[in-house]
Amino acid sequence: MNVVAFQQTAPEAAVSPARSGLPAASVRGLSKQFGTGPVIMSGLDLDIHHGSRVAIIGANGTGKSTLIRMLVRLVEPSGGDIRLLGEDVRKLDAPGLKRLRSRVGFVFQRHNLVTRLSALTNVVHGVQSRMSGPRTWTQLLAPREVRAEAMNCLERVGLADKAMARIDTLSGGQSQRVAVARMLMQRPELVIADEPDASLDPKSGEEVMATLAALANEQDATLIFVSHRMEHAIRFSERIVGLGGGRVALDQPSDTVSEAELTRFFHHD
Amino acid sequence: MTEALTPKAGQLPPRIQRVNPVAFSLSVAVAAFVIWSMTTAGPSPDQLARGLPNIGNILSRMFPPDFERIDRILWSLFQTFQMAIAGCAIGLVLSVPLGILAAEGLSPHPAIRTAARSLIAVFRTVPDLVWALIFVIAVGLGSPAGVLAIAIDVMGFAARFFAEAMEETDKGPREALSALGANRLGMIMSAVLPAAAPSMIATSLYCLEKATRASVVLGLVGAGGIGVELKVAFDLFAYQTAATIILVILILVIAVEQTGGWLRRKII
Repeated sequence: MNVVAFQQTAPEAAVSPARSGLPAASVRGLSKQFGTGPVIMSGLDLDIHHGSRVAIIGANGTGKSTLIRMLVRLVEPSGGDIRLLGEDVRKLDAPGLKRLRSRVGFVFQRHNLVTRLSALTNVVHGVQSRMSGPRTWTQLLAPREVRAEAMNCLERVGLADKAMARIDTLSGGQSQRVAVARMLMQRPELVIADEPDASLDPKSGEEVMATLAALANEQDATLIFVSHRMEHAIRFSERIVGLGGGRVALDQPSDTVSEAELTRFFHHD
Repeated sequence: MTEALTPKAGQLPPRIQRVNPVAFSLSVAVAAFVIWSMTTAGPSPDQLARGLPNIGNILSRMFPPDFERIDRILWSLFQTFQMAIAGCAIGLVLSVPLGILAAEGLSPHPAIRTAARSLIAVFRTVPDLVWALIFVIAVGLGSPAGVLAIAIDVMGFAARFFAEAMEETDKGPREALSALGANRLGMIMSAVLPAAAPSMIATSLYCLEKATRASVVLGLVGAGGIGVELKVAFDLFAYQTAATIILVILILVIAVEQTGGWLRRKII
């Protein structure tokens, strides 16, 4: 079987953080305020080392999703510094940001797939991180090697038999796994997942998290995920970062933290 | 709701809760304008009394329809339909990029979006017959003028609906492709157009129906098609031939509308 590299440095990528000894993600004095609304985050500092698996937890409104979206500037920070994969994120121009994003796999709360298209075409879209043009728009036009790699990604999430099925015929859990396959197609160096288990039933959510964690383990890739399920945060990470009051309120290895300590971070209004 | 307007138990609420003097005055002014327009621009009872028998007279002279020139009429009808197809195809193809430029979140710059929206508004506001007159002067009499007029008219309609269909698509897939570093064109072609496709196809079918209806009248101003035949038949008082032309136009328009409706139901 053709093994797809989960973590493969893009040609334009800077020196790998692992090789340089730099953290995969480093945040200093990060702040965020939406318009004139309340301050979501203020002076947040955080380092995430290469190859680690980190769960970000926190009650509603503590800025978990905002934090991970700011890492790739899907949300613009109000202040502070972000270094990701050796790049000064806030200083990147549009082409630089595009290059950085191509190295980061992002899995969203919803699958964010094109529901009228097949699973295979949606996975082929992932190649747009390093290729462009009509041959990346649909599996029908995709080069043979791209189709083969996309099939391989689907195989790795256990959905090769659903390659030609339209997304709107798949279950929520299957769709989220197709989204993971699309992320694999990117060959990311870092994976960020924003509550990938949130919109799924407990069993499907567990499957998706297990798939993500297994893939990260397999390739020793960095995984940062937000989860609103305590058991997932403990089981699938090696470090838990809890947000509260706009800052890091807890930062401990997953195997040393008690459920009692975590409870306050899972209080939802 | 204030306490004064809240009906007490066992009581019916008042039919009109509050009369706004400004709204009331405006309503009276609008009603007065409508009555004034009807009396000045509409037909007088006297004109109606004289006109209705004339309509009856023309209709009676149309029957039975004269099928002697049916070959020529059908060929002309076929050319008219070709004109509608060609104009519609050109208009729809050009409506896709114009719609993208006019769509919020897809247009590369707000100024470009405003310019595209303004162009679409101009295309839509000027009637197709006026476009036909302009193109008859520009490219001469005949079907090319009609094709161009239909194309512009289709763009005024389709580009607007294409833009709206694209704006209404789920933002999630766009965000996902943007997050993986896809370029704008890749995002539009991979995520936006496939999602907007059913709505765009339905709009396109409606445009074909509209173009078919338009193509039969464009001939009246010299822009080709069966409209020329119809005008000549009326000018020569050949009402029976005119009846045949109207009949075949009716069959074509109904056939296109029915087929379009059936396809729309199948697609949506």
